[in-house]
Amino acid sequence: MQLVDQTKVKSRMQTRLKQNKILKGVFFGTTIFALVVLVILLYRILTQGIGYLDLQFFQNFASRFPEKAGIKAAFFGSLWLMAVIAPVSLILGVGTAIYLEEYAKKNRFTTFIQINISNLAGVPSIVFGLLGLTVFVRMLEMGRSVLAGGLTMSLLILPIIVVAAQEAVRSVPKELREASYAMGATKWQTIRRVVLPASIPGILTGGILALSRAIGETAPLLMIGALTFVAYLPENLLSGFTVMPIQIFNWTSRPQTEFHDVAAAGIIVLLAMLLIMNSIAVLIRNKFSKRL
Amino acid sequence: MKTIMDEKKVVKAPRPEEKKKEGNTVYSIENFNLWYGKDQALKDIKFNIPEKQVTAIIGPSGCGKSTFIKALNRMVEMVPIVKMSGDINYRGKNIFDNKYKVEDLRTKVGMVFQKPNPFPKSIYENVVYGPKIHGIKNKKVLDEIVEKSLKGAALWEEVKDRLNENAYGLSGGQQQRLCIARCLAIEPDVILMDEPTSALDPISTLKVEELVQELKKEFSIIIVTHNMQQAARISDKTAFFLNGEVVEYSDTNQLFSNPTDKRTEDYITGRFG
Repeated sequence: MQLVDQTKVKSRMQTRLKQNKILKGVFFGTTIFALVVLVILLYRILTQGIGYLDLQFFQNFASRFPEKAGIKAAFFGSLWLMAVIAPVSLILGVGTAIYLEEYAKKNRFTTFIQINISNLAGVPSIVFGLLGLTVFVRMLEMGRSVLAGGLTMSLLILPIIVVAAQEAVRSVPKELREASYAMGATKWQTIRRVVLPASIPGILTGGILALSRAIGETAPLLMIGALTFVAYLPENLLSGFTVMPIQIFNWTSRPQTEFHDVAAAGIIVLLAMLLIMNSIAVLIRNKFSKRL
Repeated sequence: MKTIMDEKKVVKAPRPEEKKKEGNTVYSIENFNLWYGKDQALKDIKFNIPEKQVTAIIGPSGCGKSTFIKALNRMVEMVPIVKMSGDINYRGKNIFDNKYKVEDLRTKVGMVFQKPNPFPKSIYENVVYGPKIHGIKNKKVLDEIVEKSLKGAALWEEVKDRLNENAYGLSGGQQQRLCIARCLAIEPDVILMDEPTSALDPISTLKVEELVQELKKEFSIIIVTHNMQQAARISDKTAFFLNGEVVEYSDTNQLFSNPTDKRTEDYITGRFG
């Protein structure tokens, strides 16, 4: 008495194999879809914007005339903003991650903090803009400055950096910490000499990715009132400023179609900057992971 | 069956250095209990560990031998749910005393782990890790420490030309001896070894065993092993742990040839475990 009917098994075989093939096609299709969209996007922007992309574009400030319009103020504004965001968010983020992973005892309080950090990562950026407007611009009277913008953006990406750094710190093998403690090292010595060197690639990768999110953000800066027409470079931390996404937004909302091409040129610059930052992140990861 | 015969042969080989020193004790453990949460892992442990001898801790898996050795340098406290009672005295001082800093204890009591765990740094940097932690910066002194420690761990000849290469390029056995060298570099008093050869091949194991014999001239060694032959070959004293208790503790010779407790006899003759 056979429980498995061999003829039926055989007749089902074809259907099963066909199903297998179809699903392979479906998954391939989903992957290609994303790729095609990206290619179309890049193609359109490149063909539209390449004409305006010359040295002058980097040397000129914003202008009423499309042929004279340049991205200088926005480009340097973005760099200034980076200069504030990078140190502030990295120091705060890595510090928090180390405290939570290495020092804090696992109890309700730390679980509470942990959940809230994850929640913060999901808060819409416009809300951070409101916070920045209230706290930095108004309460601390920083005005619509690079400093206020940078601090707001730092808060925005802080949760991302904390989570990335925590994961990097957690991935350092327990055995290495044990080896260090067993030789009489203090906690700080172990962190400095064992944990940080081993987790720095993860921390930097996460940090750079978070920073590249920050240079693409517009909403919080609009909220705190970054300017849209700037014909000067920031001189210090309290100067007014604009950034590339805002400048691009400004151009696209003008009626003259020439400005849309200028906007495309701006997008090329912004995308190039993002690509460069992401490649640096990849390079760092590869360089360090080889050493381990 | 054959192995038991071998054991006895090894045990009965003359050991001239034995007996002549019934010297100082490094550790005296008094009524020591340890719990992981609600599970009691060690029950009423009570014995003394002698100076400059090899003390082996044997017993089946889960009998608490690793827990015990990790209590000796308080590494066991890295598990957050551990609770302890009773005393462990190191050189007459209670290691759980508030005034006794754990960093101080671990400077004198080194440890070699089950799995070789060198740092992802050069061989040189691995050895000088401990000395640097304790504030030694003089390059000349550090160089000397590296040579002395690597020679002490019988690794110098194999690595002296590639001290700046990454330690992960070494074989498992070499890595373990590097960990021993790293431990020697801070010139400890006691070396704890938690199944140091369980991840090694037989030849590397033999090298480490020979090394232990050399090291006991200068250091007091406490070694956890679940290899009974190894305990019989290299140790002077043996403690047999079972379910968190010390069933029997005596000279290795005595314990293996003439155990007083039935459970010890069953274990060493391979009837369980």
